[in-house]
This record gives sequence, structure tokens and C-alpha cells, in this order.
Amino acid sequence: MQKHTVSLLVDNEPGVLSRVTGLFSGRGFNIESLCVAETVDPAISRITLVTLGDDAIAEQIIKQLNKLVNVVKVHDLTGTDYVEREMALIKVSAKAGSRAEILRIVDIFRCKVVDVSPTHYTIEVTGTADKLEAILSLLKPMGIKEIARTGAIALGRERK
Amino acid sequence: MKTLTGAQIIMAVLKDEGVDTVFGFPGGVVIDIFDELSRTDIQHILVRHEQGAAHAADGYARAKGSVGVFLVTSGPGATNTVSGLASAYMDSIPVVALTGQVPTGLIGNDAFQEVDIVGITRPCTKHNYLVKRTEDLARVLKEAFHIARSGRPGPVLVDLPKDVTQGKAKYKPLSEPKMASYKPTYEPNVKQLRKAVELIKESKRPVVFSGGGVILSGASRELTAFAKMLSAPVTASLMGLGSFPGTDPLWLGMLGMHGTYRANMAIGACDLLIGVGVRFDDRVTGKVETFAPNAKIIHVDIDPTSISKNIPVTVPVVGDCKTSLKGLNSLLDDEKIKFTRKSRKSWLDKIEKWKSTQPLKYEQRDVIKPQYVIEQLYALTKGKAIITTEVGQNQMWAAQYYHFDRPNCFVTSGGLGCMGFGLPAAIGAQVACPNRTVVDVAGDGSIQMNIQELATAAQYGLPVKVVILNNRYLGMVRQWQELFYGKRYVATDIELAPDFAKLAEAYGVLGLKATKPEEVGPVLKKGLESPGPAVMDFWVEREEGVYPMVPAGKAITEMLLA
Ligand SMILES: Cc1ncc(C[n+]2csc(CCOP(=O)(O)OP(=O)(O)O)c2C)c(N)n1
Repeated sequence: MQKHTVSLLVDNEPGVLSRVTGLFSGRGFNIESLCVAETVDPAISRITLVTLGDDAIAEQIIKQLNKLVNVVKVHDLTGTDYVEREMALIKVSAKAGSRAEILRIVDIFRCKVVDVSPTHYTIEVTGTADKLEAILSLLKPMGIKEIARTGAIALGRERK
Repeated sequence: MKTLTGAQIIMAVLKDEGVDTVFGFPGGVVIDIFDELSRTDIQHILVRHEQGAAHAADGYARAKGSVGVFLVTSGPGATNTVSGLASAYMDSIPVVALTGQVPTGLIGNDAFQEVDIVGITRPCTKHNYLVKRTEDLARVLKEAFHIARSGRPGPVLVDLPKDVTQGKAKYKPLSEPKMASYKPTYEPNVKQLRKAVELIKESKRPVVFSGGGVILSGASRELTAFAKMLSAPVTASLMGLGSFPGTDPLWLGMLGMHGTYRANMAIGACDLLIGVGVRFDDRVTGKVETFAPNAKIIHVDIDPTSISKNIPVTVPVVGDCKTSLKGLNSLLDDEKIKFTRKSRKSWLDKIEKWKSTQPLKYEQRDVIKPQYVIEQLYALTKGKAIITTEVGQNQMWAAQYYHFDRPNCFVTSGGLGCMGFGLPAAIGAQVACPNRTVVDVAGDGSIQMNIQELATAAQYGLPVKVVILNNRYLGMVRQWQELFYGKRYVATDIELAPDFAKLAEAYGVLGLKATKPEEVGPVLKKGLESPGPAVMDFWVEREEGVYPMVPAGKAITEMLLA
């Protein structure tokens, strides 16, 4: 089983997202995360999705996605040179004894505190899934109250 | 440019697409469309249940080789067609479904007879649309026909809110749509064809395996020429029957769970398997690890998702079956590659031996054998009828004992296995081919699922013939219970049934019944020769089984033979 990051260009129309997710549920494929928004062409949206599967399954997923009438382009970024980022908002409990430690972590990971209350910090962090996992594991002992993650977005790198 | 109502635009596009028949059933939100339909020369066939409309459009499409169209109302009208759409989808049949919808302003309100049919049918249509503006109607309908018939065909549903069909818009005929996101691959990659030819050259024991895709792309002639050039034996999936002549000496019979002994054994022994327009479904492959264990595999299909989905393939060829076979044939021609029957002698002898030791067989007794009925039917129709089937044993016996020489003559719900398909599909096929003999080979269980369509046949004087192989059981399920569930016939005994001959008469249809072998011929003759529709009820051996049979999960060479 391997993680595959797949980038899709689709018609920006109602129902297209459910065609894509319906394909995954109907055929028993996994979706680890999924991100959608309009591109510079308002008629086209980009979906970035992360899925798990061996090579044969990944090949089926790519082919099946290509077969959907509203899918313009499918690109399996896995194994290619690409940039991947994810953002998370982490609301962590910030008591007198741990506030300084949290700010140190924020500094090391080059993230931002975007909301402060007497008892909590909300931290915005951007990076690869690994970076997010790393900061989460450091913050966990302080007590994470809530978390919201965007799921990965990705683009292929241009040749240098 | 003319200004037309939505309903008029629908008619204009149907005419433009060459539609001559719409199968339908009315309701509140589609009255406008029916009203407009009556002002055209497109014939409307009023069915008695919307499932019948969907199967009839499907049967029409298969027999005629063009797009079938049906029109039903919103809510229950639309939901009643879901089985029909799913069946057409599984078998890649081009159908355009027009469903009424509540006015756009009411969508999402749980309005009377509102149902999200686009949501419901997303996984069982090739594509579907909800039209929100009258201005979009013409484009969407053109796209619907284009998508239904091109590439790997399939059903496309267009949901039509009442205000969209009542509203007005400018209309001018549109040319064939070009869609950025939908471009099926027709032309095979020549490099792949060359690789295929190399494998063909090396092969000593090839088998050609033909499927529904060959029929859909109209490639039977090319397939036949290809097999003859190779002197290779040919087998087919249920959907592929008729793509290669069933009376040709190279014909192996059907493959798979109820395939012939020689076809299944040939797959076990071949060194090259050439699958054309097939999808290697589980009813064909049995246990996949043991399927064609000694063979390299060439797989030609227009749908890339079919390739290496179930069976790893040596040389994939993505392309239209007809174009690809033409390409292969001309490469073989160029290289002057021709295998004679003589050069294949040891392989063909081996197959002949399998055939002579284990032919399809049944024991003739003093009760009617279902296989005998099909043999008689084959003889009396000289193999020229269009045969539709229900699902179960009747379907398998029709596939085994009626030898199809031509494509588009065997109309069966293969992928979905939808009981109730045969009679409405026969009605559709009869409308498509008024001068052909159309016979629904039925079981006594399945026929009761859409028997109301006898009224449709009677109303339009469609001379469809229903041959019921009446075993008073849900026979195929009973057979599984006999073999694998200790003969516990749970929920499969349906002895308490109507007298089908009398029921037919009640519908105004000729009803006949036979209970002894010697009555089979005369009853068939009378039914087939009568000018109108007829139901022939054959009381057959109750516990007859379909053989060979590959138990689920076994290798296809591990057959039960009786
Ligand atoms: C709509 C539907 N429901 C259930 C089944 C499961 N099934 C497959 S074959 C069969 C028995 C069919 O009985 P009958 O029509 O009498 O045909 P026979 O097998 O006896 O020829 C059943 C119930 C099905 N294929 N389709």
C-alpha cells in the first residue's frame, strides 16, 4: 500500500465532486484527504486527493477517474517531482506553565499564533504531512482541544 | 433562429438524432413532452411499467445497434427505471433516458413526486444531467446522445424539470458536440498492435475470446476474418454470442461458469489468449489465479479501465474493437501470416477430442427437457430469430442450445442478470425489427416480474413469442441449493402460479401449453406461426440442472458435468 497524491482538473459544475467521491465509495477505494477549489479558469476546478493503494489499485483509480465525463485531466503526482502542502489550525491548551514552550515550538516550526485567549492558543501551521505530524506530536502533551486540517494540495514542479 | 418551447426543442433534437421510437409512461410533469411527441411522427410505445420502458429501449438498442430512448415521469416513474438503467450500464448499451422533474423552483423541497434521480442513478449511468435552463436543453440532449453511443456505450439520463420543458428558448440544430473532458480513444497504438502480432506469430495454441464489445462496435466480420487467418478456435462471453458464427467449426461455445467443456479446457491449455471487447468478469474467469495459467494475453478494449482490472495482460490494446481488428488483420496480411487448419492440427484435434468426449448433453425422458425446447425452437426458427431471455437457467439453456450465427440476435441481461428483462426487451427488439421473429426465452419466475407488458404487445400487435420453461421453481437458485445447500429448497418453490396460457388469454394474447415431449414441436409451431403475440408454457423437468457448471470460486477447468 502506497500513498498516492492525485491532482485532477474537473468541470466546475454541481455534482462533479459527488461523481468523484461516489466513484471511490462505490469501488471501495480509500480517500485519505480531498481538497477542491476553482482554478484561474472559473469553469475548471482542481481537486487534490490523497489515496492509499498498491500499484494496481492506483492504476484503476487513475483510469476510472479519467473515465468520468466531467474530469478533464488526471495526474498521479506520486513518483514525480512535486510540491505538496497542507495547512492545519491547532487549538492547544496554553496554561501558564506551557505558554513559553508552545511559543518556542511555534518558532521552531515557523508557524503562527492566529488566536490567543487566556487558556488557549490557536496555531496556524503549513507544511508537508510529515511536518504537521511532527508538530502535532510535540503539542499533544500540552492538550490539543480542536484541530482542523485542509488535506494536502499539490502541484508538479517546473523543470529548472 | 426559431423560438421553441422546451418540449419542442426535445422533439427537434430527437428528430435530429434520427429517433423513430420512444418507449414511455406518462405523469404530471411530462404531459407537455408527451403532448409535443404526439405532434411528431416519432412513434410512442406505451408500456405498463416504467421498468418495461427502460428494458424495451435497451432491447431496441441491442437489436438495432442504435440508441434506445425512453421517457418517464418524475419520482416513482424515474425510480422504476433504475434496474433498467443498471442493466444497460453493466452491458454498455446506448440508451437515453428522459425523466420528468418537478419545476426548478421546487427542487430540494421534497415536492410531490420529487426524487433526486440524478443522484440515484449516478453510479448506474455512463453520465447524467439535470437541465436547469431551457437554453441548455439542446446542447445537453446532443451531448447525451453523443456520450451514450460513443466510446464504450452506456445509458445517459437527462432530468427535465417541468418549467424547463414549458419555457422558451431560441433553437438551432447543433452539430456533433466536442467535449474537452470526454474523448474516447478509437485508434489503437500501432506499436501495441505490432507487439500483438509478434505474440500471434509465436503462438502454437491460441484462443480468441470475443465479447459484447465486438457486437457493440460492429466488428463481427473483422473478428471472424481474424480468427480464420489464425485458424484459432473462438469462444465468447454471454454478451459476445453471435459475434462469431455459432455453427463454424472453429466455434468452441460459450466460456465460463456454464461454458462448454471444450471452451473452458481450451482456456486452461492455450498459450495465447486474445480477448476482444471483453472485461474478464468473474462469471467468465472463475478463480482468477488459475485462469489461462499457461497463456500470454492480448486484450483489446475501448475502455482502459477494463484492461488489467481482473487479469494481468501481456499486451494491452486500447481502442475500438473494429478499428483494432482491422489494424491487426492488415498487419497479418502485410506479413503474409496465415495459419492453416492443417498447421494447427494438433491443437484443433485436442479440442475436437474434448468436444467429442464431453459435448453439451442431456437425457431425453418422458417429461419435457428444457434443452429440448430450445433445440426445437432453434430448428423451427432456422436459427434466425432474435432471442431475448429472462435470467437463470432459461438464460443459460438459450445461450447453450441456440447457436447464434449473427450479432445483435441474442439480447440478454448479462452483467446485471436482471429478472424481468426478457419480455420488455423482446418488445423493444420487435419494434426495432418488425419483420424478425422475436422470442423471449423465459422462466416461470422471471416472467412474472414484467408480465404486464403482454398488454403492451397486445395493444401494438407486436408478435413477440414467449417461451416459458416452466419448472415451478426459481430454478437457478434451486440448482445452487441442490448442489451446495443440501437440497434445502428454501424460498425457491413457486408451484403456486397462474396458468400462464389462461393469463395470456386474459391479456388478449394467444396462450398455449405443453406437458409432454411430443407436444413441444406442435405448440412451438402453432405459437410461432400465429400472427400476433403468443405465450407458450412448457412444463419441463422440475429439477433439471444447467451443466457444465463451475462452482463459484473454482478454476474454470474444474467443472461439474452432470
Ligand atoms: C430481479 C432479480 N431478483 C433475483 C435474482 C436472483 N435469481 C437469479 S436466477 C433466479 C431464478 C430465476 O427463476 P426463473 O425465472 O423461474 O428461471 P429458471 O432459473 O427456473 O429458468 C433468481 C431468483 C435475479 N437475478 N434478478
